[in-house]
Amino acid sequence: MAQKPTEPNRRDFMTIAAVSFAAVGGAASLWPFIDQMNPDASALSLATIEVDLSPIEEGQSITISWRGKPVFIRHRTGKEIEEAKGVKMADLPDPDARNGNLKDDAPATDINRVKDKNEKWLVLVGICTHLGCIPKGQRIGDAKGEYGGWFCPCHGSHYDTAGRIRKGPAPRNLDVPTFEFVSDTKIKIG
Amino acid sequence: MAHESTFKPGNSISKWFDDRLPIERMMHDQFGVFPMPRNLNYLWTFGGILTFFLVVQLLTGIVLAMHYVPHEGHAFDSVEHIMRDVNWGWLLRYMHANGASMFFLAAYIHIARGMYYGSYKAPREILWILGVLIFVVMMATAFMGYSLVWGQMSFWAVTVITNLFSSLDSIVSGLGTGIVEWIWGGFSVGNPTLNRLYSLHYLLPFVICGLVVLHIWALHIPGSNNPTGIDIKTKSDSIPFTPYYTVKDGFAMCVFVMLFAAFVFYAPNYLGHPDNYVEANPLATPPHIVPEWYFLPYYAILRAIPDKLFGVIAFAGSISILLFLPWLDTSKVRSSRYRPIYKWFFALFMIDVLVLGYLGAKPPEGLYLIVGRLATAYYFLHLLVVLPLLGWIEKPSAMPGSITDDVLGKKPAGAK
Ligand code: HEM
Ligand code: FES
Repeated sequence: MAQKPTEPNRRDFMTIAAVSFAAVGGAASLWPFIDQMNPDASALSLATIEVDLSPIEEGQSITISWRGKPVFIRHRTGKEIEEAKGVKMADLPDPDARNGNLKDDAPATDINRVKDKNEKWLVLVGICTHLGCIPKGQRIGDAKGEYGGWFCPCHGSHYDTAGRIRKGPAPRNLDVPTFEFVSDTKIKIG
Repeated sequence: MAHESTFKPGNSISKWFDDRLPIERMMHDQFGVFPMPRNLNYLWTFGGILTFFLVVQLLTGIVLAMHYVPHEGHAFDSVEHIMRDVNWGWLLRYMHANGASMFFLAAYIHIARGMYYGSYKAPREILWILGVLIFVVMMATAFMGYSLVWGQMSFWAVTVITNLFSSLDSIVSGLGTGIVEWIWGGFSVGNPTLNRLYSLHYLLPFVICGLVVLHIWALHIPGSNNPTGIDIKTKSDSIPFTPYYTVKDGFAMCVFVMLFAAFVFYAPNYLGHPDNYVEANPLATPPHIVPEWYFLPYYAILRAIPDKLFGVIAFAGSISILLFLPWLDTSKVRSSRYRPIYKWFFALFMIDVLVLGYLGAKPPEGLYLIVGRLATAYYFLHLLVVLPLLGWIEKPSAMPGSITDDVLGKKPAGAK
C-alpha cells in the first residue's frame, strides 16, 4: 500500500470490470421495460379480412375496419379515374405510390395506386398522413376537397381521386394496404 | 434566503424529535420566520394557489380512480357512472376537471409574473428551469387525464398528439412510425394505449410533487424576488413569512377558490367540449378537433406551419425555449418597472399569446391562418431577437436605492 500506484493496478481493474458489468447488465435489463410497450402478440395476430365488393355501386364508397383502422373502398367513376390519370407527376407533392402491393420506389401514377390494373377499385387506409384524423369524403354530402377525393378537416389536407395528397400539411399519399382479389368481386385485405 | 436557524423546541417532545428528525425546525425556518421582501403584491400569492390545486387534483384524482375503469369498452361508461351513480361523483369529477383548468390559469399567471419581474434572472435560473419542467409535466398529466374520459375529443386528441412523433419519419424512415406504435401498443389508439395513459396519469402528479419540493428548495436559497427586483439589503427590507404572507396567501386563495367554485357549481362544462360527451369512435373524426383551452396557444403554433416536421419542431420549441429565458434576456435589470421599452414588448407578448390562444380554437384557414403565422413569428421573434437585443439598447430608468426606500416613497437616487 505504501508503494506509489503507477500502472493501473488490480484494484482499478476490479473497479472497471465491476462498473462495466453493472452498466451492461443495467442496460440489458432496461430492454424488457421498454419493449413491453410495443404491439403485443394479440395485436400482431389480428387477422386478414375479406370484403365483398358486389353491393358497392359505381360512385359509392364504403368504410370497413381493419386492425382497428378504417379502410376506404371506393368504386370510382370513369370521370374520377380520368381526373386522376390526367395529373402531371410534377404536381404531386409525394411522388411515391405508397402501395403495399408494389415496390417502395414505384411512382405515384394512377395505375400504381390500384391493384392488378383494376382501376375501378381504389382501396386506401383512411388515415390522414398528417396527424391521423379520418378524412371526409366517404359519405354523400361530405366535403371532398378541391381535388374531388377526400378532405381532412383537422388541418386542411386535400387528397385527389387516387387518394394522393395535393394540398395541405399531410406529407404522404394515403397508404394502399396489401390486398388481393380473391374473385372479381371479393378482396382480401392484409 | 439561507439564514441561521432560530428554532427553539418548546417542550421535551419537540426537543426529542428535533434531535432525530428536525422537521419542525425546517417548517419554522422555511415557512415561519423565513425573511420575505416586505413589498410583495398579490401576484406573489399564486405559488400558494398552485400548491393548493396540486393537492385538490391529487385528492379528487385518487378517489375518482376508485370508480374509474381504464378499459376501452368501459371507460366512457364508468365516467358516466361516476357522474350519475357514485355518491358525490359529479362533484368530484367536476372538481377534478375544473381544478385542472384553475391549475393552469394559476400557472399562467405565475409564469407571466416571473417574466414581468425578471424572476428568472440570476441567481434564480435553476428555480425558473424547475418551474418550466413542472409546467411541461403538468401539460403531459392533463393531456393524459383528458384522454381517460374516452370521449370523441379524448380519442382524437390522443390520435393527433401521439401522431406528432410520426414526423420523425422524414428524418429516419420508419423511426417515427415505430415510436408511435410503441406509444400505442398497437396499430391505432386502443385499449393498450388507454391503459398506459392511465398508469402514467396516476404517476406524473407525484413527479410534480417531487419537482415542487426542488422548486421551493431552489427558491429558498436566494429567497423571493419582489416588484422592484432589488435584493433584500437590510433587515428593514424584509418581514417574516408568518403571519404576514401566510394571511395574504390565504386570502388570495379564498378569492381564487370562489372562482373555482363558480365554475364547478354554475358552469361545470363551460370550459369543456360537448363532443367529449360522445363516446370515442375510431371510425369518425369530429369536424373540429379542439384541445382544452390551456393548450390552445401551442396548438395554434403547431398548425401555423404548413410543414409537418417543422410544425412539430415549432410546437416543441415554443415551450422548451422558455428554459433558456435566463440567458436570452441580456438585461441586468430584473423588474419591468425600470425597463421602459421592455414593458411594451412584454405587453405585446402577452397579447400575442392570447391571440394565439384565440386562433387555436379556430379553423386554420384564410385570415385565421395568416394572423396565426404572424403571431407565431412574433412569439419566437420576441424571445430570440427582441429580448437579447433590448438588453443592449435599452436605458433603464432610475431605480430606488432599496426595497425600503421604494416602500416609503423615497425618490430614486439618479439613473442606474
Ligand atoms: C397534476 C395533477 C392532475 C391534473 C392536472 C389532472 C388532470 C385531469 C384532467 C384534465 C382530466 C379530465 C377531466 C374530465 O374532462 O373529465 C382528468 C381525469 C382523471 N384523472 Fe386526473 N389530474 C391530475 C391528478 C390526478 C391524480 C393524482 C389521479 C389519481 C389517480 C387522477 C385520476 C384521474 C381519473 C381517474 C380521471 C378520469 C375521470 C374523469 O374524467 O374525471 N388525476 N385528470
Ligand atoms: S390530420 Fe389530416 S390534416 Fe392534420
